[in-house]
This record gives sequence, structure tokens and C-alpha cells, in this order.
Amino acid sequence: MEKILTRNIHRESSQSIEVYESNGGYQALRKALGSLSPDQVTEQVKKSGLRGRGGAGFPTGLKWSFMPKEKSKPHYLLVNADESEPGTFKDRLLMEEDPHLVIEGSMLSAYAMHADACYIYIRGEFVHGTRQMQKAIAEAYQKGYAGKNILGSSWNCELVLHVGAGAYICGEETALMSSLEGNRGWPRVKPPFPAQFGVWGCPTTINNVETLACVPFIIERGAEWFAAIGNDEKNSGPKLYCLSGHVKRPGVYEAAMGLPLLDLINEFGGGMLHDDRPLKACIPGGSSVPVLTAAECDVNLDFDSLAKVGSALGSAGIMVMDSSTCMVKALLRIAHFYAHESCGQCTPCRQGCGWLEDILDRIEHGKGRAEDIDLLKSIADNIEGNTICALGEAAAWPVQSFVKRFRPEFENHVTEGRCVVAAPA
Amino acid sequence: MLGTEFEKAVDEIVARYPEPKAAMLPVLWEVQRAKGWIDGASEDWVAQRLGVSSSHVHGVVTFYTMYKRNPSGKYHIQVCTTLSCMLRGCDELVGHLEKRFKIKIGETTPDGKFSLMRVECLGSCGTAPMFQLNDDYHENLTLDKVDKLLDNLP
Repeated sequence: MEKILTRNIHRESSQSIEVYESNGGYQALRKALGSLSPDQVTEQVKKSGLRGRGGAGFPTGLKWSFMPKEKSKPHYLLVNADESEPGTFKDRLLMEEDPHLVIEGSMLSAYAMHADACYIYIRGEFVHGTRQMQKAIAEAYQKGYAGKNILGSSWNCELVLHVGAGAYICGEETALMSSLEGNRGWPRVKPPFPAQFGVWGCPTTINNVETLACVPFIIERGAEWFAAIGNDEKNSGPKLYCLSGHVKRPGVYEAAMGLPLLDLINEFGGGMLHDDRPLKACIPGGSSVPVLTAAECDVNLDFDSLAKVGSALGSAGIMVMDSSTCMVKALLRIAHFYAHESCGQCTPCRQGCGWLEDILDRIEHGKGRAEDIDLLKSIADNIEGNTICALGEAAAWPVQSFVKRFRPEFENHVTEGRCVVAAPA
Repeated sequence: MLGTEFEKAVDEIVARYPEPKAAMLPVLWEVQRAKGWIDGASEDWVAQRLGVSSSHVHGVVTFYTMYKRNPSGKYHIQVCTTLSCMLRGCDELVGHLEKRFKIKIGETTPDGKFSLMRVECLGSCGTAPMFQLNDDYHENLTLDKVDKLLDNLP
């Protein structure tokens, strides 16, 4: 597949507006403002089959269609650039190396939903990305791609970069809104949905960076072209895959949606890091999705294929573990993450995540009891479905899947009082 | 509080939002940039300026991990220890740093030069192990690279 989303990133001064425009940049925005209505833009995105690349895979055009047809309050587009899902680093690449692609995608999408302002919520740790985006936003304003009377039209839309301050939960769309409003990043119960009552009580849509980066291509080359990329029309388009862990060449790789996981590891990733340490497990979609055993890794990386095997594409953060990995230690590290990141609102998550970490810590350090393994499952089962937001599920699914697929390793820790996976020097 | 330049910068920030309270996070960043950390007096000032209670501001400052409530070292080293970095040796890196500075995670060297913190995923899994030193990411670290980097800091 030709490079689409990453076509600019290795070019000299790829971040500058001159380079971006020289490669056809902002033609899609001109086309939309010149010859398409906002609804026509939404129609194209619907037809393309684009699904959200932030984690949930919700059909983007459908999400946009939830915005009110009659405009009675300001409309807002929020760009979720809070990339914090462990294993994920694709949005960072786009913002650092091709910020204008992110801006054009955002402005096109803002046009589609009659937005009065577009706020890009970028995580606080991405200082370099923030600088690139700030520069690019200033360039975009200068050229009339944002602000008042965009490209000479009657449409006004401000483009504002808003920097976060270290909270994974702010990547959850309702927590992002709470944070943008100047509060602790606490998720909100839905309904009401953001399109009805979002930020400052106004109709709001929140989309991921990579999702929006697809939009200029859909408008420029057509929905049918986009829908034809990949193995089936429900899982379409170019996709950025983030490969990390025990492989020779970790990194971001672009391929058609539906790339076989083993091809990502072996062709793109150069194979396992150590030739004598075979694949043991892989988390295919960021730490929140169920882990796969090596045998289950013969699967295509798309939304529906992974759902069929009991996992998910999520944020496409593929974390590869070889035979030297202690699955108890790995799960403990994941559990620590959720315990640390829990916002604290919901008792099952606030108490449950900490409890899971404590039990796993005991098991890892040889103080596990036989009943602890079933207790882990029981706690996870009681967090799942009982929280305001999906961080509950995100904390529960790793525990359920690790225990289900690697139970003997947990039992061994308990009976042996130590880890029996040899950790090489 | 911090001078007219600072207050002008705050005014510009507030103008970007339909409500002053939404300027909370960027204004707190301005305070931290100016003072190095956020103290109680600053929280009170921000509260007044944005039309909220001091307790609301305190709630925000204590929620977000990047706001500092105490002065930290000149060099603030934040080592990522989430799964992908763990798979690529971050625990060894942490041990090495603790030994080099003779401090534990969460502490600052007695001369105030280095603070060492453990943080969650920094979105750099493809270049693990790594750490963030003040504003900058340092990636694909080896113990040698780390020593050279730290030896050469002014």
C-alpha cells in the first residue's frame, strides 16, 4: 500500500506549511469549502466506513450525525490528542512530523459539524509535539485556514491548542470535556451524550487525532477509494500500527486495515528481538484489551477480526512478549497503571483497581494464596459494567484475560512462592 | 502577583475560552513556568482570577500529575515504567539511576540538582526504555547513554 497518513513524515521540514501545501495539502479543505456542504462532508465520511482510531472504533460519520441539525448553541469539535494508552504512540508521530495534516483534518471535520471552535487537547508530556502544533496553528491562521472567514467563506472557527497536565483518564471523552472546562478530569454519565450536551453545555463531538487525519484523504480521493482499502468495508482505510516490546524493530508502521499480526511482527518488525526467545503473548490494542496467547496471534489487525477472538483493535498498540516474560509481573505492571490512573469517582474502580494491584503484588513476591487467583477474577468481574466510564473495563479485561489464558503461571507463583520463568541476564 | 507581563499572558489565555474557568490548566502551567511550582498563594490568585474557590484550584492541582506542589530538582527525571518499557529494561534503568544518585524514586538529591520520578506511559513505547528530562524525551536509552547524558549536563 502506498503511504497515505505517513506520506510526509520523512520529508525535510515536513512540519512547515510550505512543504505540506507543496504535496497537495489543504486542497481537501479548499474543495470542501468551495463545493461541498457540511452535510455532504459528513456523508462522504459515513460512506468511507471510517471508524474511530482512539480505541472504541465507533463509526465516525455516524458520530458526527448525532450533532443537532438545527443550530441553537455554539458547536464544538474537540480533538483528542491526549494519547496515553500504553503501547500507543501514533498520534504523537502525526503531531510531531505532520501537524498540518492533523489541522486540515480537524478543520474539515469542524466544517462538517458547523463548529465555532476546535480545541485540540494535547497531553502535557508531549512538549515537542505541542511546539510543532503551536507553530503549525499560527501558520494555518496566517493562511486563512482557521479563524475568521476561513478561505474567504462566511464560516468562522477558532483553532486552539489546550495542553493537559498528566492524566490518562482525560483521554476519555467526557473526562476530556470536564478537564477542558477547568475541572478535575472526571468522566460523566452518558446520556446526555456530548452531541446533545457537551462542553459548556453545547453540542460537541470528540474525535481522535488519527481519525481526523484520515478525513482530508476521504474528501480528496473519495469515500469509495477509502472504503476499498482493507479486507472488508466494515474495517477500511489506512491504519497506523504501533509495535513495541520484544521485537527487533519497534515503531509506527502504516498498512491497510486488516494487516495480519504475524506480518506486523515478522515483516515490519524484523521478528522477535532474540532468535531463541519465541513469541509467548501479545496485547494487540493497547493495554486495555484482552491479551492473546501466541497461538491466537494468527489474526488480522482490524476491529471485527480481533473482536471475534475475544480481544480488540483498540488504539492499535501492539505489545509483544517473548518467552522470557513473566505474565504475573506483566499483569502487575498493567494493574499498577490502572490503579494509578483511576480518577476515584466510582467505588468499584477506585477500590477494586488498588485491590487487584495488591493481590498481584503479593502473588508476584511469593506471598500469594490459592484463593487469590479466583479472587482476582471476582474483583475484575465486579468492576466491569459497574463504573461511569470504560476505565473499569480497561482495568478488568487484562486481569480476566491474563488469568484465563495463563492461569498455570499464576498457580505456579502461589505453589512455588516465586517466579519460575527464567529471566535471562 | 507575578507582574504585568504575566497578567497580560493570563488575559490572552482567558480570551481563548467562552468561560474563564476553562483557562485553568493553561494558567496553572503559566504559574509553574514562572515560579517552578505551584504554591498556596498562587492557587489563591488563580482562584480569584478565574472566579472559582481556592479549594477548586487545589483540587485541580492535586489531580494532575505534572503540576508540582513543591520545588523539584533542577533536572526532573521521569522514567517511564509501564509495560512496553518494562519489557525493554526500564527496571534496570531505574536501579542504575537510584544507585548513581544515591536516592530512591520520588526523592531529590541533597544538592537539589536531580529529582527522580517513576511515571506511566509517555507514548514512546517504540523507543523504550526512555525517560523525560524536564521538557525533553530521551529515548532508546542504554546505561552508557544515560551516564554520558547525565555527565554532560551543565
